[in-house]
Parts: sequence; C-alpha cells; structure tokens
Amino acid sequence: MTRILYILQKEFIQVLRDKSMLPMILFIPVLQLLILSYTATFEIRNIRLVVCDLDHSSESRELAGKFKGSSFYNIVNYVQSYDEGAEWLKKGTAEQLLVIEPGFAKNIIHTGDASVLLTTDAINGSAASLMNAYGTSIINQFGREMAVTATGSAQLREALRIEPQFWYNPELDYKTYMVPGILVLLVTIIGMFLSAMNVVREKETGTIEQINVTPIRKYQFMTGKLLPFWIIALFELAFGLLIARVVFGIAVAGSIPLLFAVASVYLLVVLGFGLLVSTITDTMQQAMFISWFFMVIFILMSGLFTPVESMPDWAQWVNKANPLAYFIKINRMIMLKGSGFSDFSGLFFGLVFYAILTLSLAVWRYRKTT
Amino acid sequence: MKQIAVDIRDIRKSYTGIKALQGINIQINSGELFGFIGPDGAGKTSLFHILTSLVIPDSGSATVAGYDTIHDYREIRKIVGYMPGKFSLYQDLTVDENLKFFAGIFRTTIHEHFELYKDIFAQLEPFRKRKAGQLSGGMKQKLALSCALVHKPQLLFLDEPTTGVDAVSRTEFWEILQRIKYMGITVIVSTPYMDEAALCDRVALMNKGSIMAVNSPENIVRSFGKNLYAVKSEQMFPLPGLLATIEHTKAVYRSGEYIHYLNEKDDFDPVLIEIYLRACGHGMIQVHQIAPSIEDCFMVLMQQSKAQKAA
Repeated sequence: MTRILYILQKEFIQVLRDKSMLPMILFIPVLQLLILSYTATFEIRNIRLVVCDLDHSSESRELAGKFKGSSFYNIVNYVQSYDEGAEWLKKGTAEQLLVIEPGFAKNIIHTGDASVLLTTDAINGSAASLMNAYGTSIINQFGREMAVTATGSAQLREALRIEPQFWYNPELDYKTYMVPGILVLLVTIIGMFLSAMNVVREKETGTIEQINVTPIRKYQFMTGKLLPFWIIALFELAFGLLIARVVFGIAVAGSIPLLFAVASVYLLVVLGFGLLVSTITDTMQQAMFISWFFMVIFILMSGLFTPVESMPDWAQWVNKANPLAYFIKINRMIMLKGSGFSDFSGLFFGLVFYAILTLSLAVWRYRKTT
Repeated sequence: MKQIAVDIRDIRKSYTGIKALQGINIQINSGELFGFIGPDGAGKTSLFHILTSLVIPDSGSATVAGYDTIHDYREIRKIVGYMPGKFSLYQDLTVDENLKFFAGIFRTTIHEHFELYKDIFAQLEPFRKRKAGQLSGGMKQKLALSCALVHKPQLLFLDEPTTGVDAVSRTEFWEILQRIKYMGITVIVSTPYMDEAALCDRVALMNKGSIMAVNSPENIVRSFGKNLYAVKSEQMFPLPGLLATIEHTKAVYRSGEYIHYLNEKDDFDPVLIEIYLRACGHGMIQVHQIAPSIEDCFMVLMQQSKAQKAA
C-alpha cells in the first residue's frame, strides 16, 4: 500500500510540474464548452435569401416583407430574373431563392390559389430541409392570412389545431442539448490521452526498465498510473458542470452524486482503454495516433451531434461498443431530464461491463509484454 | 568455500532469428567484481536483462543469489540493484525526489543505508534540488548508482556504466565500484572498454553471444603466447596479408599504428619477420616484442573462433 502512495506522489509531482498540464486542465474545458456549445449547433439563423419579385404587387411585397421581418432570414438582394437569382445560389452568396410569379396577387384575390417558387441550396441536406421548413411555414402563414382577408373566416382552414409542447428543453435551445455531451467529451479526452501518453512515456524514456527491476507489483504500478488521471478527470467534470451552471444556466436536473458515480465507472472504461493503447504501443506518437483513431470514431458515432436513433441499424449495433454513446445518453438524462438510476440502469451495467473488460485486457496485455 | 552469487547454465536467447546468446555458462562468486567485456552486439545487455528477470531465456536457466530468474523473479527484484545502459531515472524529478521515490518503492529510506553511497552522494549534494534531466553526464551516472544502492542490494548489475563518460570520471567510477565491492556487494559490470578489464577480479570475454574466456585478467594475459610482436613498415596496407603467410602464424591484427603479430612456436625468432618483409620489398621495418594486453587476448580469441567456424 505504501508503495502505491509513493507512485501516486511521484505521478502528481510529474503531472503538476509539467508546464503545459495545468493550463490544459483549466483552459480546455472552458474553451471546449464555450466554443463548441455556441458553434456546434443545427439551428439555422441568418439565412441569406434572394428575392425575385416578378409580380410587383402590394401582396408580393407583403410576402417578401414577412421574410424580411423573420429573425431567420436576411434578404441579401432583390433580382429581376430567375436566372440572376440562380446565379447567386451557384456562387454560394445566397442559400435560398424566392420567386414570385407575375399574376401572384391577381390569382390570390380571384381564385384563392397562387404559387411561389422556393429554391434551396441543398448541399447540406439537413440544413436544407430546415431552411425549407422555415420558408414554407412563413409562406403558409401568409397564405392563411390572405385566406382570412378573402373569406373573412379562418375556421375552414384550421379544422385541426396542433398545440406543440417541448419538454426538457422548452426553448428548443440547442446549447442545452450540446453542453452535457461536450462535458462527456471533455472527461474522455483528458482521461484517455493522459493515461495513454503517460505509460508509453515511461517506455520511451526507458524508465520502465528501471521500474521493472524493483519489487513494484503490476497492480500497484497501474493503480498509481490511473488514479491521478481518474481524480483529474472527475475534477474536470466538476469544473465543467460549474461552467455549465454559470455561463449557460444549465443546472443538473437530477442527482449530482449519481452523475459522479456514473462518471467514476465511465472513467474506468476510458482509462482502461488508454492503458490498453499504451501497452500495445512503444512510442507516444503511435499511442497518439491510435487514440485519435478511436476517439474520432467514438465521437462521431456517439450521438453528440446527430441522434444515434437516426443512424443505420448496423451503426446502432456498432454503437453498443461505444462507451461514449452510453455516457452521453446517461448524462443528458441526468442533467436535463432528472432521471434516476432505474431509468438508465441497463446503460449503467453496460458501462460496468466495459470497465471490467478494458481493465482486464489492459492488465493482461501489460503482463504479457514484461 | 566460495559462495556462488550467480549461476548461469546454458542460457540461449534469439531475437527474430538473431542469436543474441548461444549457450552461456558462468559461475560468479559472492563478493566478486566481475566484468563482461565485449564489443557492441556481444550480448552483454541481453544477458543482463535475463539476470535481472526482465527477459525470459529461450532455454537454459540462471540463478541469482540462489533464486531462479524465471520462477523467483520477485525475490530477485528485491535484492538486486540495476543500472541500465541508458539513463533511466525520471528526468523531470529532482535528485532528491528520484532518490526518495526509489527508496519508497523498496520500503526503505534515504538514510537507512546512506553509508553505502554517501561518498557518491556527497558530490551530488549541491544539486539536490536540480532536476535529473539537467545534470551533467557524470552526475547523472552517480545519481543512477545512488538509486541502485538505496536499498542495499546483495548484487549490483551495471550495464555499460562508463560508456560515453570522460576518462577522469571513468577512473573515479571504477574506484567507487571497488569500494562498493569491499562493502560486501557482488558487482557485475559490462563494458566495451578492454582496458577496464584489468580493474575486475575476473572477466568474461564475450563476442557474438558466446563466452570466449573466463578468468582473472592476469591469468588471461598469462595464458597468452609469449611471441607477440608489434610490426610496422612503410607499406602498412599489404602488411597483415604478408605476415599471415609466415609459418605457424597464430594471429595478425591491426592495433593502433602497429600490426600485432603472434606466432605459435615458443622458439620463434623475430628476425624472420624482418628478413621476410625486406625480401618482399618493404622498407623502414620495425619489429619489437611487446607484453600482451587484454585487448590482444580478445583479438586472438576472436580470430580463433572465426577460424573454428570457418573450418
């Protein structure tokens, strides 16, 4: 036991002495939370719209005015022909083109049936469907208002009224969705990279050779290696939660001790993984490369940016081996929904299983190489 | 009766087809200062790795202080001190922190066996708060030795401790090793420097994974033939080839600015060399008898084993 304490003391001295370490521990969470939460968003604002009004009526101007008044739209130009408008889309200086045909006002007043053309740059498919939905809703709204003026009653059109309710994130604020996920990303990066780098550094500098000819037992060495990063990563989580509360006003809806309990188990998976990487590599460069390879796959498939449920079936199966997906889901449940243990016990036991698996694999590999 | 500290029996080890060790047999006595002498690639480090329980041999066995290097590796790690060829302490820890760390993991303190390394540590005293990575080569080596002695090992393994160290520090280091030996610790050293062999109680001459001779440096030199001559002429390049054609030649090799020549016959007359060379058209011929050194023994043994292999 005293041996572990000596190893721990040594590790902490080394970590804290490293000049890049402290700023990294303090600035990475702040930067990641602040930058990613604001930028990694699917909300579309300031859509650049080109209006091609060929009708020149008060009704057509009113429709264009509805777009101008929307906080989502920014009219960048008025053009006089469809081709000219298409040119703006082609150059990428506008995302949407609204074409109002001649006779638009006449048709609306006389037949109550008129059409407009809404063209969207759909290179980014999901953004395009959002932009289309915004544009359509503005046009529909306008259509209803016109119908009311024409018939004097809205009852006909609104036979079915939908009353939407948004739970857990009533303001549909994307940041509320992102912050818990980014917190997970944060502890994962700290845990995985620091542990993978640390052991392999001993190999690279040759100190492991000296350490191996001492009575230090494997479990003592590994505990001494993992515990500091386990503590640092949990501190990191606490720090991140504080930023979420102060900067974004996102308080943890559920139990904070429960969140830390899950994080403790999750970190064992991550640290075990980092350790496993460091046992199969000889240099920091190799360890870095392999860690990044898995990190990128884990992150992209984790449901941090895109919902796991909308991935193809095979990807959802692959995701069963992605610890990041588990913890992001649990973290969102605890932080936003206030879920209790019984709500995610299945996911939690999945994490426990992976913790045991990665740690025993790492210990087994470490034994084999020495 | 002498106690055996290290008993090596027919150790073999290959690394991806390269035979690093091909059947090593040696007994090292307790309290000895024993040297493994040989060039790079002789297998010294491989042998040290096996003896310090870092590597498992392909075949054969070895005991250190009576403990088997494979089955009792935990006991061995408690009682040996090991100084790897490459500086292997924590460069970002200070002198004190390194020493305390190694004392800690051996469950001892810096003070418990301080008398063992106080002479060495005295020179490190002014740098105790300095990081190990910022020490000079000689100081790093002294720190590594202190760390290897902190738990008062029964045996001390030093893998090429003087490689890359200046001549003054080397002499000083060997004096330290002598003192450690007198404190009752078996010291096992490897070195590529032939001149350091004379400082050991006994040496093993190693080449290409084999032991060519094991004896005290005096006996090794004594068993060497008497007729060793240093030869020089104005045409140095064809000289070894010419000398090799003389009858009963045992070995011919270059040594510094001379060619060393050894003849098997005890009654060999060196005048023969001069006559022969003159007949071949050489001028400015110098021939004089010299006392053999360990390096001469090494060269001759190496040529013999090469000849044996060829035959």
